Amino acid sequence: MFYRKLFNIPTWGLNRSFRDFDRLRRQMDELYGALSGGNLPMPTAGVFPLTNVTEDTENYYVRAELPGIKSGELDIQVTSEGISISGERKIAEEGNNVRYHRREREAGKFSRLINLPGKVDINKVEAFMENGILKVTIPKSEAAKPRQITVR
Amino acid sequence: MTDKESKDLQVKPKQELTSPAEQTRPGVVFTPSVDIFETDHEITLLADMPGVSADNLTIDLRENILTLTGEVEPFEDANEEDILIEYEIGKYHRQFNLSSLIDQSKIDAKLNDGVLRLSLPKVEEVKPRKIEIKTG
Repeated sequence: MFYRKLFNIPTWGLNRSFRDFDRLRRQMDELYGALSGGNLPMPTAGVFPLTNVTEDTENYYVRAELPGIKSGELDIQVTSEGISISGERKIAEEGNNVRYHRREREAGKFSRLINLPGKVDINKVEAFMENGILKVTIPKSEAAKPRQITVR
Repeated sequence: MTDKESKDLQVKPKQELTSPAEQTRPGVVFTPSVDIFETDHEITLLADMPGVSADNLTIDLRENILTLTGEVEPFEDANEEDILIEYEIGKYHRQFNLSSLIDQSKIDAKLNDGVLRLSLPKVEEVKPRKIEIKTG
């Protein structure tokens, strides 16, 4: 949440409304993109797969929608500053004597690099796929974790 | 074919459904990408519905109207903060008018890795039958 970070707005209890606000902003961006005829609809990197990155105090979470891709077909590499996800989506041929009515699903290779905002502990990264959604849990390195300071 | 397989996957933003016919709960509704193909014996439908589990998927066939509805669980914990959000999650909903008569008792649905594969066998009568012409 860029705005929240920028203006340093406290987030307690405001999470929900800010999420809605973000959504509205994205939709407006999308609309402006469509009106100006440009192919820049969203503040995305425009690289497959689209990714959501979140954090809590302990971890970063990277999620991507990868329907039809087996976990074995994914190549995930983590460095201390980022993560790369690459692979290939294959769609099996269905034989010669079929007539297609719709063909919207696409196959192809992909490779995505995401920089994380802080240092991470690369030894404890976990990734798992469920129902076509990839979730990578990347623990923050000890130095990057927020520390609670008690006032005496 | 090799040409097609080596191409890079392009980003295709999820298509939001503009006029959900029967929306009773708030939330975003997307139309899943589908492949539909037909042989003499059956119609097969493949739909990308990432995040939908078998329990949350409803397939309804009534009077040749096939309805797919998939619910998606919120993916975030409450204490997670967004850093980069490129896609949204929501329900999937899509309806199809099927032209052929479908044998309801033989419908088969499989959900693997977020992809639904639905086999809709045609009833015997509508399968094309070759008529032998006997010469007398």
